[in-house]
Amino acid sequence: MTRMVAEDVARTGSGPAPLLTVRDLCTWYFSNEGVVHAVDGVNFDVHAGRTLGIVGESGCGKSVTARSILRIVEKPGRIVRGSIHLHPPAGQGEPRDLVQLREDGPEMRAIQGGDIALVFQEPMTSFSPVHTVGNQIIETIRLHDRSMTKALARDRAIEMLQMVGIPRAERRVDEFAYQLSGGLRQRAMIALALACNPRLLIADEPTTALDVTTQAQILELLKRLQAERGMAIMLITHNLGVIAEMADDVAVMYLGRVVEHAPVRELFRSPQHPYTRALLRSIPSLHVPPRQALATIEGTVPHPLNRPSGCPFHPRCEVAIAGTCESHVPDLLPIGTGPAPALVSCFLHHPFGDGARQETN
Amino acid sequence: MMAFLIRRIVLALITTLAVSMLSFLIIQLPPGDYITSYIAAQSASGSVVSEEEAQNLRKLYGLDQPHYVQYFRWLGQVVQGNFGQSMEWRRPVGEVIGDRLGLTMIVSLAALVFTWLLALPIGIYSAVRQYSIGDYIVTFIGFIGLAVPGFMIALLILYFGFKYFNLNVGGLFSLEYAQAPWSLGKAWDLAKHLPIPALILGLSGMAQGIRIMRANLLDELRKPYVMTARARGLHPAWVVLKYPVRVALNPFASTIGYTLPYIVSGSIIVSLVLSLPTVGPVLLKALVAQDMFLAGTIVLLLGCLTVVGTLLSDIILVLIDPRIRLEGK
Amino acid sequence: MAVTAPAGVTLAPQAKGADTEERLSVATQWQLMWWRFRKHHLAMVGGVVVIAFYLIVIFADFLAYAEPDASDANRGYTPPQVINWTLDGKFAPHVYYLRGERDAKTLKRVYTEDTKIRIPIEFFGRGYKYRLLGLFETDRHLLGVGEPILAPGASLAPVQSSGATLAAQLGLKLPVTTTAAAVAPAAPIKITPENSLFLIGTDQQGRDMWSRTIIATRISLTIGLVGVALSLVLGVVFGSISGFYGGMIDTVIQRVIEILRSIPTIPLWMGLAASIPREWSVEQVYFVITLIISLIGWTELARVVRGRFLSLREEDFVTAADLIGCSRARIIFVHMVPLILSHIIAATSLALPAMIVSETSLSFLGLGMRPPAISWGVLLQQAQNVQTVALSPWLLYPAVPVIIVILAFNFLGDGLRDAADPYGV
Repeated sequence: MTRMVAEDVARTGSGPAPLLTVRDLCTWYFSNEGVVHAVDGVNFDVHAGRTLGIVGESGCGKSVTARSILRIVEKPGRIVRGSIHLHPPAGQGEPRDLVQLREDGPEMRAIQGGDIALVFQEPMTSFSPVHTVGNQIIETIRLHDRSMTKALARDRAIEMLQMVGIPRAERRVDEFAYQLSGGLRQRAMIALALACNPRLLIADEPTTALDVTTQAQILELLKRLQAERGMAIMLITHNLGVIAEMADDVAVMYLGRVVEHAPVRELFRSPQHPYTRALLRSIPSLHVPPRQALATIEGTVPHPLNRPSGCPFHPRCEVAIAGTCESHVPDLLPIGTGPAPALVSCFLHHPFGDGARQETN
Repeated sequence: MMAFLIRRIVLALITTLAVSMLSFLIIQLPPGDYITSYIAAQSASGSVVSEEEAQNLRKLYGLDQPHYVQYFRWLGQVVQGNFGQSMEWRRPVGEVIGDRLGLTMIVSLAALVFTWLLALPIGIYSAVRQYSIGDYIVTFIGFIGLAVPGFMIALLILYFGFKYFNLNVGGLFSLEYAQAPWSLGKAWDLAKHLPIPALILGLSGMAQGIRIMRANLLDELRKPYVMTARARGLHPAWVVLKYPVRVALNPFASTIGYTLPYIVSGSIIVSLVLSLPTVGPVLLKALVAQDMFLAGTIVLLLGCLTVVGTLLSDIILVLIDPRIRLEGK
Repeated sequence: MAVTAPAGVTLAPQAKGADTEERLSVATQWQLMWWRFRKHHLAMVGGVVVIAFYLIVIFADFLAYAEPDASDANRGYTPPQVINWTLDGKFAPHVYYLRGERDAKTLKRVYTEDTKIRIPIEFFGRGYKYRLLGLFETDRHLLGVGEPILAPGASLAPVQSSGATLAAQLGLKLPVTTTAAAVAPAAPIKITPENSLFLIGTDQQGRDMWSRTIIATRISLTIGLVGVALSLVLGVVFGSISGFYGGMIDTVIQRVIEILRSIPTIPLWMGLAASIPREWSVEQVYFVITLIISLIGWTELARVVRGRFLSLREEDFVTAADLIGCSRARIIFVHMVPLILSHIIAATSLALPAMIVSETSLSFLGLGMRPPAISWGVLLQQAQNVQTVALSPWLLYPAVPVIIVILAFNFLGDGLRDAADPYGV
């Protein structure tokens, strides 16, 4: 049944075929205490030149999704199901399913850092403390382009550092990460990620560790680089403001599942899923009458080992349908028609019996 | 880096001074002094030393002076290479221990090298393959190495070697070389005998090294930079070797710098069991016979050589650690 | 623009279900430590073994069966005995009387079972007199021997010929009196545990190894405790001063520790121990040895304490205590020490085995405890010579409890150290 959903999802977004299609991705962690379904049936597309924002609270599986795409899920985690298809540029061969590739095989390693690059939240700890910034950029360049000599790669590294706006790049290239300021470090991180012209940049909370001014600068930088290079960006964040500013499409995640997937304007104008609505309600606003308590979502995110049955959101949902939501998992289905309809996973929009599947876990 | 080196050298000098004071204390501790022992030795051989004669002797050797004066006199002589006379052997102390001190250092260094060479790869393996069967085996052997004192392992190896292989694993030389002057053949003979004592002596340091390497590497492996390195398409094995191992090397190295004193300590007692011609057995004999100049000198020289060895290994460590190297640059 | 998801929706703590979370949040520090410790199976085993060993210390006389100092040259190097567990299909542990002969060629004593004299092994049998727990005088031991059961024709009279035949074989002419005395009928042997039961053999002087190994726990295991107590005082005082004040004082104490750590300890101990006068009593030697080994042992404890103090010093409650006028000593010992108590306990349990090894090593060298004191090291001293060990390997048995107890302490200490930080991950 999920396969059916997959066909529908492919219609999201606009324009040509997507760059990356993720279908029914399940990444579970097998710990002694039990199995944690960190990612549990995620579907989305990423398109060239566009930004997909993935939003959700901590622990909802955003970062694990990113790691699954890059095949760097750490033990005891494992991709148990699903597919991640990377589509080559038009007319250059068939799409490849990254899930089928060997994790540390040459093909996958060519994709890591080559086609898909990653920027982490923590620029400090994302660089080795005992190697220079340049060392790591040069290493990556030469790894993906064997024809590069050391000198050429070094020139390119300096060029990259200049491109991301690092002053005196020719000196910074020989410095250690701890010698750079937070903002510069994140710029260096971006330079490192873009060193091999990736087609997809996954930015995992790229601005969380930075102060507000620096945040804005880094986001501007990402936007500029995207416009120059036409690459796709997958922006992972829990910050709805960043989403509103950066994303073209948004996927809202809750407990390892995408609950709503829509173009950014539509999502903010008319959120469909109760969770999305609750999230948006809890943004502080200047237009609210004074002395009114900030809306919050009732309850807390359940412990990952203690997932609710049925729709994972039902215990906290104000409009849960008794008898249905606690026993059945809703699928991600389109609402309305048109070229890019929003997708929602909720029985309010798709009454039970219409494409729902029986609870299995 | 200069500041670091100077600090280290000054500390080594102070340590040497402390060692010399402790050695002097050991010489002075037993009741009576050198003259009392001398008188006892003389009367044993039949001649009597008068009280007056004894006083003159005490004056001659400065034994009537306060302790600190005696200490500095002794220190002055030691610096000139005059360690006094061994009563037990009736020869200058320097002569008695000359060769044996060298062999002690050779055995200790062999154990140190062995510790480094094995602890590093095993520690890395153990961390990278955490909770594998190999990891459990290594951890268990590590526990044994940490827990069981070297002399017991030596006893057991000696016993089993003797019983099942009819092999005497003791000694550092074969019979034909034991008294022979140094030659290539003798050196090769020594090299053949070294592994077992070195292994026994190095085992506890190795166990400690493995544990530290494993723990630190496990911490480092969870750091984001390891994941970023993998996300850049580096081969996982190369990622581990180039980044986290490099970082985990520092705590490993700084701990292992302290193993030399333990090895030298252990060599004393293991030498006794394995009858190695090091200073260990001589020290024990000297202490039992209250031959205090010999005993004190051995303690002093062992201490000094250990301090020098530790200083040297410190300097090597500095050379490989960029963070210390960059200090004050 | 920095609009984040509301704070109320963060990830729940690492616990299963709401009940556990509730339980975790109200548990005391010690409860948390216990829960965490319990998960560490090896540490639990280690803890049980350690407790068992200290119970042996308390009930050593009860668990021994032979007077530890009872020597008998005719029983030298008796090998471990074969115990027959059943008789006619019923559980009735017994041994046979051993008769020793000196082999004419090797001059080694050879023991043969006299199957005509059967000696039953009794539980709670009688043996030498001792004071249980130092209070009640009793002669009951866990193991004892019953009345020997003689097969027809057997006699408990000593075999007379051994000395004479040996002499004859060697071609020696013994003085007439000796031969005559040997030939004269002797009183029958009274069967006691000392001359009939040898679970793990005897030493050169015919003393029972089992009983001596058990009695040795008293010195070997308590010297560690006393030594650790002394190092603990030194370690906590210097460590806390160093960690609390920092600066110059810290530097000086750290340097002293560094100097102590870079001196090879065994030669130093040997030198100090060798100056203990021969005529001193067992108690005096015990005390001095403890002092000597704790002189070096405190440095590691001081290091742990200092590390914790350095991090605690920055906490607000220390500043608060300072502001309301608490004295330095009060802040250290009333406010900070209780918080690092768990770390101190863990470090102590790791320091203990090192102390036990130190005593064993020194005594092994003949510079620590000396006979008539009985410790594992003293017992192992007899195993220094390979030839002796090859002929009488059971002399190595005292190494077994040493290895077990040290491993147990290490496992326990590891578990405690992991549990010591119950709020850590």
